[in-house]
Formats: sequence, structure tokens, C-alpha cells
Amino acid sequence: MKYVDEYRKRDLILAVAEKLKSISRKEIVLMEVCGGHTMAIHRFGLNSLLPATIKLVSGPGCPVCVSSQQFLDKAIAYSRIKDVIITTYGDLIRVPGSATSLEKERAAGSDVRIIYSVLEAVDIARENPGKQVIFPGIGFETTAPATAAAIIKARNENVSNFFVLSAHKVMPPVMKALVEEGVKIDGFIAPGHVTAITGTSIYNELAEKYGLGVVVSGFEPADMMQAVLMLVTQIETGAPKVEVQYSRVVNLNGNPVARKLLEEVFEPGDDRWRGLGIIPDSGLKIRDVFSKFDAEKQIEVEVPESTEPRGCICGQILRGLKTPADCGLFAKKCTPSDPVGACMVSGEGTCATFYKYRS
Amino acid sequence: MEKENRILLGHGSGGKLMHELIENVFVRLFSNSILDAQTDSAILHTGSSDIAFTTDSFVIDPLFFPGGNIGKLAVCGTVNDLAVSGAEPLFLSVSFIIEEGFPIDELEIIAESLAAEAKNAGVTIVTGDTKVVNKGKCDKLFINTSGIGRITSDKLKIGSADGIIPGDVIIINGTIGDHGMAVFNSRESFNFKIPVESDCASLNHLIREVTEKFPVKFMRDPTRGGVATVLNELAVKAGLGIAIEESSLPVRKGVKAMCEILGFDPLHVANEGKVIMVAAKENATAILEILRNNDKGSESSIIGYITSDHPRRVVLRNETGGSRIIDTLSGDQLPRIC
Repeated sequence: MKYVDEYRKRDLILAVAEKLKSISRKEIVLMEVCGGHTMAIHRFGLNSLLPATIKLVSGPGCPVCVSSQQFLDKAIAYSRIKDVIITTYGDLIRVPGSATSLEKERAAGSDVRIIYSVLEAVDIARENPGKQVIFPGIGFETTAPATAAAIIKARNENVSNFFVLSAHKVMPPVMKALVEEGVKIDGFIAPGHVTAITGTSIYNELAEKYGLGVVVSGFEPADMMQAVLMLVTQIETGAPKVEVQYSRVVNLNGNPVARKLLEEVFEPGDDRWRGLGIIPDSGLKIRDVFSKFDAEKQIEVEVPESTEPRGCICGQILRGLKTPADCGLFAKKCTPSDPVGACMVSGEGTCATFYKYRS
Repeated sequence: MEKENRILLGHGSGGKLMHELIENVFVRLFSNSILDAQTDSAILHTGSSDIAFTTDSFVIDPLFFPGGNIGKLAVCGTVNDLAVSGAEPLFLSVSFIIEEGFPIDELEIIAESLAAEAKNAGVTIVTGDTKVVNKGKCDKLFINTSGIGRITSDKLKIGSADGIIPGDVIIINGTIGDHGMAVFNSRESFNFKIPVESDCASLNHLIREVTEKFPVKFMRDPTRGGVATVLNELAVKAGLGIAIEESSLPVRKGVKAMCEILGFDPLHVANEGKVIMVAAKENATAILEILRNNDKGSESSIIGYITSDHPRRVVLRNETGGSRIIDTLSGDQLPRIC
């Protein structure tokens, strides 16, 4: 398959691995921020190809995993209101809130529908004028432009019963927060799809102020090996900078249409991350001019106080401080069929990835 | 989290949740020596001859999909459950649960497909039942078929994985994931412009061509839960490991592309015209030749082998040299967000 097979060629990957072995001297920790990268690393067994000097840790880049318990509890509370339809990306329905999940609410009678594009939610709203259709928006700069487009579509087409519960987030503040917190990171493997929207300038501060290399990577194994090689080269030569490995997709200036949509509909605001707490300016809040589509401003709901599951160390895993192997619940009380924490639910969650690809 | 007190959709998806439900409720309450074998068909010893008996319900949405419809599927599913048990399918029952308002001309098309596929498979529909429920009380049309077949004593153990040894090979009669992705594509709204057709087919003739000439140690049709689920059941039953090579897995380009986009694993996607066979290594080439000479097996291949390494686990070696455990699915496959 084009754009896939050529980046999975064994010879190519092994050649990069050889090169890495020959130039890597310093012991370093690289963080792959995105859950898609974590998955690729484990699916293709890339750790086994890296020299012992290089350690990869997973970061806070799985949209489902970083969504706070409070956000989920609110979505669940909304689902219990009569005449509300929750429209959601599939990953979210199995994530446990404090006491239940959207999947269980659906079984108990709530109207929860899985959609593949947020634009479907606008159509569902139009077809159900007597109902309030709520879309819990999760994800980073990748999924947020589509949510913005849906809000604008709803405005242009006078669909007044479509609402977004936004937990959309942006990447740079959380990367910065981890560095400021003192998590040992020598360089970032940055998400290709986020950067395809934002452009590379969002990482400049990390390189300039904190002296950390950032390489924007694709998601195939050869991409990731090359990104590691680029970071190691930077570190060994003492020249940290922002570079793009994924040049077949990422334009240095990003996607101006998508950026304009984001800018028009959202503004930065403080946001809560699971296990990480509130990070300033890390969330995308719906601007006041679009407040009629903001579920939190339009539909009141009482949400019981949220409780984090006991013993779950998702927060430390999302910070790259621990791995699932350090968790007492992992693969025992917490499995994909009965997850305790969010990292076990999403296919891109670190725990689900470790569970699926454990050997 | 509290324990489940209601049925979730995942309880019907052929993965771990369903197995737990079956174990904790049905096997516990219905337990007997025939049921407890938990093979695709129950084997009934009735005096001088043995009979295989099975049942299956079909609730597919949409009713019509590229490569078939619910009627054809209702025959293939039950015929294949009998055939992989080593039986020769003979008789079927067919029951319809129909939603008020369902178009009769569509019902006729479905019944015609059912009749045609029964003829094709050489089985006779001998009894049936019809129920109509109020609008909204079922989704258009549900079909149940039960089937009876004759089984000879040499094939009684085919579902039990007895006699499997390290070195035995695992064969499949063609590409995986076609049915699941064809149905998914026609059900959901994204309309991939990819020609993916269901593989829905009765396999009893194909299977007989092989089993007449060569011993097959184990057979199973990888329907819900896909190839991964069958291989895991096999590994547990045999108490041995299974090694498969990703590069030898036959997956159509369109199926692979859809799976890449949605984050699905073709090993977990349903098939309706596939059989997994385990056979001695020395018979593998000859079995492959028989399969490949039949149009329902023209893309047959060896996908892996039985090993004494990693007992009770299925390990896949990928094209980049890494390896990973292939598990059964815990619920429905959910598409990834990004």
C-alpha cells in the first residue's frame, strides 16, 4: 500500500538502527508525545532496535487519556438528561468516569451515538429538532478544527440544537509544563498531524528557551527511527533545534485554513488534564460569539463530585515518570475489558498499548 | 467501577466480554457434557450414528451488503458451523422475526437468496417459524437458522484440538477481514470508495474435498472476533503456542487501507467464508493445492505454525522484525480518534 509499505521496509529500518548504534554516546530520554507514536513503537517493536543509551518514554498525547474525570462525568451527566443525544467519537464511550461510562449509560437507556465526523452530529441535530445534541469535543489541534467547522456550519445553517462540550486541548503548554516540572526529557518526538495544522513555530520556545530538540515525526516505523536519529544527531552535536522529519505531510507554516477556523471559534483557556491538573492556556474554549453552541453555557447540569480511581497512576504515566509495569493494577484489575484508568481504554493509550503489545 | 449489571453491546462481539457472559451465566446454568465441549456444533450420539447440531441468529445491519444479504448469510453461517465441526450439513430450520411494516418484496429477495444458498450448499430447509413484532420492537428483520449434519467417527475430535503438535501448520482459505469491513463500509456513513465485498460463502464442499483425502486436526470459522479469537482459543485448547507471520497474512488492499485509517486490526475483523485448518506439516502442500483449486480457496495460504514456545499465546512477527502478542478483543473494535 502506497505511503505505508515503503515506510515499513525492514532493510531501511535496520540501516537507521545501525547508524544510531554508531553515533549514540550519551544516555538520553526522548519523549514521544503522541499516542499514535507510542502505538507504532510497540506495534513494530522499535525499542528492541534502539541502542541501550536511548530510552523512549510516552507523553500526554492520547486525547482520550488526558480528558479529565470531571469532563467525562459532565458528559455522562448530560447523557442522563431527557431529550439529549450524545454524539461522540467511539474511543470515548468506554472510558470510566467516576462511577459509570457512556457505554453503560447507553445500555441503561441514554441516547449515545458513535460518529466518525463531528459534522454528522450537526446532521443529527437537524434531523432531531426536539432534542439537544451534544458533542463532547476531545483531541488536540488535529480534531479541534473539525469541531470549529461544525460550529460554523451549525451557525450558518441555523441549527440551534447542536452543542459542543469542549475539552479540546493544545500541545505546547503541556510539553512546556513537563519540562518546567523537571521531568527528565532530552528531546521531543513531536506529533506530525498536530504540526500539519499548527506549523513548527509552536515548538520554538522549547528549543530556544529550554535547549531541547524537537523533531516532528510521521507514524510509520521508518519515520520514527529517522526522527530518533535526527534527535540523537542534534544531541550528540550539541545543536538542539526544531526539525521536521515528516516533510511529506508537514508544511512549516501548517494549514492556514484550519488555523483560521481554530482562531475564529476557540480561544485559549486554562484546562484540566487527567493526572496533570490545570495547565494554563492549554485548553480551547469556545469564544463568546459562539456561546449559543457551548453546552456548558447553554445547558445546566448537576455533576456529582468526581473521584479519581484509587491506585491508578495514569497521571504519572502521562508525564513519562512511570510505565504501566510500575502500576499495581496493570493487567490485573485494569484490563481493556474492564479498564480502571483512561490510559487502558483508548487504542492509543500507553497502558492499552503495553497490554496489547506485551511480550 | 462497579461490576456490569446490564448487557453492553460488547457482550455480543465475540471477544472476552462475551466469553465471560457465556461462562458465568449460560454454561453455569445449562451445563452438561455435550454443551461443555463448547464446539461450533453439539455432537449427539444417537444409537448407531452421530449427529452434529448447531444454531445461529443473524441480526446484521444493513440487511443487504456488497457480496450478500442476511438470507445468504443465515445459510452460510450455520452450514459452516456444521462443516468446521467435521459434519456433512443436511437439514436446516429457518425462523424469521419481522418488524411490522417491513417490505414484502425485500423479504422475498432475502428468502430467494436463502433458498439459492441452501441449494448451493446441498442442504434442505425442512422447518421454520414466522413472528411479526410491533414497529420498533426489532430492527427490520432477524433470522435464526439451526442445522443438522451427519458426522463420521473419524471426525468427532476435529473441534477439540487433540493431537496437535509443535510444527503443525495453520492454513486459511483466503483473505481476512473482508466481511467485517464490507458491512462496516456499507453501514457507516463514510462510504470509502473501496471495492470491498463480503466473503460470505458456504464452505462445506471445500472442506469435504480436503477432509476426504487428508486428516485435519482442527477447524474453525473465524467469524465474530476474527482470526485472532480462533487462534487464541486454539492455543488455549492445545496448550501450545502459535506463531504467525504478518507478511504471510492475506489481507486485501482495500481492507488493509480501511483498517489503517480506522485503527482496526484485520485479525480482529469478522469473516463469513473462511476456515482455519490445522494440519500436519507433511500434508500442508497437498492441502493447499486442493484448496487453491476451488474458487473459495484460490488465495489459500499458510499463516503460521504451532510451537512449544510461549504456550497458550499467539505471537505475531511483523515485517520489521518485532513481535507482539495477539490477544482476543475485549469488546467491539472502536475507531481511533486521531
